[in-house]
Amino acid sequence: MSGGTFVGMPAFPTAAREALGNAQLRHNLAHATGTIRAKRQRLVDEVNEVSDWEELRLAGAGVKEAALRDLGTQLELLEASLTANGATVHWANDAAEANAIVASIAKAHGVDEVVKVKSMVTQEIGLNEALEAEGIAAWETDLAELIVQLGHDLPSHILVPAIHRNRSEIRDIFLAEMGQVGRPAPDDLTDEPAVLAAAARAHLREKFLRAKVGVSGANFAIAETGTLVVVESEGNGRMCLTLPEVLVSVVGIEKVVSTFADLDPLLRLLPRSSTGERMNPYTSTWSGVTPGDGPQEVHVVLLDNGRTNALADEVGRQALRCIRCSACLNVCPVYERTGGHAYGSVYPGPIGAILNPLLKGVGGPGPEGEQVDSLPYASSLCGACFEVCPVLIDIPSVLVDLRAQVVDAHRGGVPKVEALAFKGAAVALSDSRKLAFGERFTRLGLRVARRFGAAKWTSTRDLPPAPPESFRAWWKRTDGGRS
Amino acid sequence: MSARDDILGRVRKALDGVEAGYAVPVAPRIAPLADVVGHFAERVADYRAVVVRCAPDEVAVRVAAALPDGARVVVPAGLSVEVPGADEDGADGRVLTAYELDAYDAVVTDARVGVAETGTIILDHGPGQGRRAISLVPDLHVCIVRADQVVPDVPDALPLLDPSRAHTWISGPSATSDIELDRVEGVHGPRTLVLVLVEKE
Amino acid sequence: MRVALMVTCINDALYPGTGQAVVSLLRRLGVDVEFPESQTCCAQPMVNTGYLDEAVPVVRNFVDAFAGYDAVVTPSGSCAGCARHQHSIVARRSGDATLQSAVAETSPKVYELSEFLVDVLGVTDVGAYYPHTVAYHPTCHSLRMLGVGDRPLRLLEQVRGLTLVELEGADQCCGFGGTFAVKNADTSVAMGSDKTRRVRDTGAEVLVAGDNSCLTHLGGLLTRERAGVRTVHLAEILAATE
Repeated sequence: MSGGTFVGMPAFPTAAREALGNAQLRHNLAHATGTIRAKRQRLVDEVNEVSDWEELRLAGAGVKEAALRDLGTQLELLEASLTANGATVHWANDAAEANAIVASIAKAHGVDEVVKVKSMVTQEIGLNEALEAEGIAAWETDLAELIVQLGHDLPSHILVPAIHRNRSEIRDIFLAEMGQVGRPAPDDLTDEPAVLAAAARAHLREKFLRAKVGVSGANFAIAETGTLVVVESEGNGRMCLTLPEVLVSVVGIEKVVSTFADLDPLLRLLPRSSTGERMNPYTSTWSGVTPGDGPQEVHVVLLDNGRTNALADEVGRQALRCIRCSACLNVCPVYERTGGHAYGSVYPGPIGAILNPLLKGVGGPGPEGEQVDSLPYASSLCGACFEVCPVLIDIPSVLVDLRAQVVDAHRGGVPKVEALAFKGAAVALSDSRKLAFGERFTRLGLRVARRFGAAKWTSTRDLPPAPPESFRAWWKRTDGGRS
Repeated sequence: MSARDDILGRVRKALDGVEAGYAVPVAPRIAPLADVVGHFAERVADYRAVVVRCAPDEVAVRVAAALPDGARVVVPAGLSVEVPGADEDGADGRVLTAYELDAYDAVVTDARVGVAETGTIILDHGPGQGRRAISLVPDLHVCIVRADQVVPDVPDALPLLDPSRAHTWISGPSATSDIELDRVEGVHGPRTLVLVLVEKE
Repeated sequence: MRVALMVTCINDALYPGTGQAVVSLLRRLGVDVEFPESQTCCAQPMVNTGYLDEAVPVVRNFVDAFAGYDAVVTPSGSCAGCARHQHSIVARRSGDATLQSAVAETSPKVYELSEFLVDVLGVTDVGAYYPHTVAYHPTCHSLRMLGVGDRPLRLLEQVRGLTLVELEGADQCCGFGGTFAVKNADTSVAMGSDKTRRVRDTGAEVLVAGDNSCLTHLGGLLTRERAGVRTVHLAEILAATE
C-alpha cells in the first residue's frame, strides 16, 4: 500500500492558502502545538532550576559541530568500527542507490514485507514506494506513521506525523483500513486515544512477531564505537530492532557523533525539546551484531542524498546539526497555521524551509524548482525557531542567506517585477535627494495602491492615511521643530 | 569510483579550509541531589510506572506481589531473585521464539543503572537482564534496581556503560502522544512497568 | 555626546509623527538629537528579500550618513536589528574593505529607542502622561534580534495615567515580516488576525509597539475589522505629556 507523495506539490504560498482554509486543520494544529510548547517550556524551566539550559544547548551544538567539521574522518571511523562489530556497511550517493540496497537485502532473504521504525530518512528517500515497486510491503509501525500510511496520507510533522488528524478522523481511518492489510480494528472502536492505541497494538503485533527483516534509521551514529541509537516512545522501535533476523538501518551521514560520551548533551536535549519529556520511554543502542541477542545480520546504509551540498554551504552547514526534535515546528507561527503539507516535504516547518533548499539546491528548473525556491520565504523571520533549537541552528540567518542564493540564481535571466523594483529602490535609497523627491508622491502612491495595485495587501488590510508631509520635509521646514 | 569514494570525496571538498579540532563546550551538570535514590523513585513514578521500595530481604516477596496470580512469567538467566514458577529464557540451551514470548504475561529482570534526574532505567542485557526481546514482548515488566546502581544524571550513567553491548533505556511504560498530543501509556512495549527499588542494607 | 536620529524610511514617509515624538522626547531628556539629512533606509527590505547586491549602496549611504556620531537612535527594533546584525553581511558581500570597517564602526552604535533610553540615558520614567488602556506587542526583531527584553514595559509602567493590560501570546509574531506580508499574504493575515483577536480580547483602546511596520499590518487589520483599537508607536506615548 502506498501513501501520498510530495512530488508535484505547488509552491508554498499556494499550498499554504489551501491549508489555511481548513478550519479543522487550524484547530488541530493550534491545539497540538500549543500543548507541546507548554510541555517543553516547563522542562526547560525545570532544567534552569538545577542547571543551565543555554550551556546545555552550547554543548549539544558543539558535539554535532565538531563531528561535522571532521566528517570525513568520522565516517571512516564509523565504517571501521561498525565493520569490526560485525555489521555490513553500504554507501549510497542518493535515494535510488539507498533504496536499491535495502531492496536487495530484503530480496536476498526472500521476504515480501519488512517492518519499519519511524524514520525521517527513509521517508526522504521514498523507501516504502521503492520497496512496493519491488513487491515488498513496508509496514510503518509508529502509531502516527501507521495513521498516515493507513490514511493514504502524507506526514505533516517530524515528530507527530499525524498532528493534522484528530481522534475521530483517526478512528474512521482505522475502521476503514486496518482490515485491508491485516488484523481489522474491532467493530466497537471508540475515539478514545487509549482505545485507538490498543487497536494499533493488536493490529501490529502479528506483523512484529512474524517479521524477518526490520528497517530503521538512527538518531545518532557513534564513530568511535560503531553504535547506532534509536530514540522512541512506543516500543515499536524496540520490536523492529530486536525481533527480526535481519536489520537494515539507513543513516544520513550527518548523524555521526564522535564518542559514546557525546550522547550526554544530546540525550538530555532531544526528548525535552521534542516531546517535552525528561526522557523518551525507550532508547535503544546497539553496536553491530550482538551475539545471541537480536538480529544476527546487521546492515548500515550511509546516505548522502544532498547532505554534502549542505555541508559545502558555509552558512547553511549548521542545518546538518539538526537532531529532528521538531521544537522549531512547534513554535513557528507559520507552521502553526499552515501545517506541514504546505512545505511539500517530509521536512516541514522552519528546519524544512532551510533543509530542503540546502539538500536539493536552489534555482532548479520548473515547478519543482519554484517550490524549493519558495521555502526560504515561508517565514516571517520572527526568530522563535532559533530561540528553541537545542543545537543552536540560526535558522533565520540561514533563511536570509538562502533568499540571497535564490535571488542570485535568477540573476542574468529576464528580471521579475520584484527584481526591477528592488533595483529601483537601491537607486532611490542610496541617495536621500532621490528619496526626498520620491516621498513627495507618497500620497499619490498610497492612493494608487488603494485603488489599483497592492491587492495582496489591501484586500485584507487597510493602508494608513498619508501624512501631510514627510519627516524630512517637516525637519527642513521647521528646523527640526525649533522654529 | 564507488559511492564510498564519491561521498568521502565530496565531504572533504565541502570542508576544504574548515578547521577540524573544534573545541566542544563541556555540558553543565545538575546541582547535587540531596536524595539521589528518592529523586529516582519520584521521577520513575512520574511516568506512571509503579514504584515499590523495599529492603534487600524483601525483594522476592515484592516481586511475587507485583505479578498477578497465575501469570505466566519469563525470567533471564542469572536473575538476582528467585521467581517461583517462572520459565528461564535459554534454559536447556533453547531460547524462546517471538511467538513463545508473546504467550508470557510478565517478565522480571535486573538492571544496570538508574538515572535519577530523568527517571530512567538502563539495561545492558548482561546476566539477570537477558536478551532485549524478553523485556519487551510481555506486557508487564518488573525491573529490579538496587539503590547503589542509581546515579544523579545522564552524564554519570554513560561512563558506566560498555558501548560494545546493546542497551535499552527505559523511562516509564511504553507510551504515545501521537493522537492530539494526549499521552497514552502502553502501545507495543510493556504497558505496565514496576520498579522494585532495593534500598541499601 | 553626538546623537543622531535614524528615523527609518517608513517613518519618514508614512509616520513623521513618530520621528517628531522621538525628537521632542529626547530634547525633553536633554539630548540635542540631530537628523543627518542624507540618511535613507537601513536596507532591510533588500537584505531580507535576498537582494544583497542592491543592499550594498544603501548600507554605504547609511554608514556615510551616520559617521562620526556617538549614538544612532531609531524608533524601530527591526531597523536597529538590521544595522547591528545584517550590515556586516552586506559589507562582506561587497568585498569592499573600507565599507566593512565602516560598518564595524557604526553598527554597534545603533540603538533602538527603548535601549537608548534605559541603557544609555539610564531613565525609565521619562515624564510622560497618557491616560489610556494600552496593550504592548513586543515585535520579533526587538525581542529576539536585539533582546530589548522588558525595557519597553519598564518605560510604559512609569507613564502616568496609563493602564497596561497583558496581551496573551504577546511574543508570537504578528505576521508582518516585511515582504512576507505580500509574498505570503494569506499566512501573514492568518497570523495577524489571531493577533488582533487577542488584542481585542484585552479590551485595550491602544495597541503599542516599537515598530511602525508591524503596526501598519496590525493597524490595517484592526481598522478593517472596525475593532475600535488604534495603533500607536511607543515613542508617541513616551513623548506625550499633560
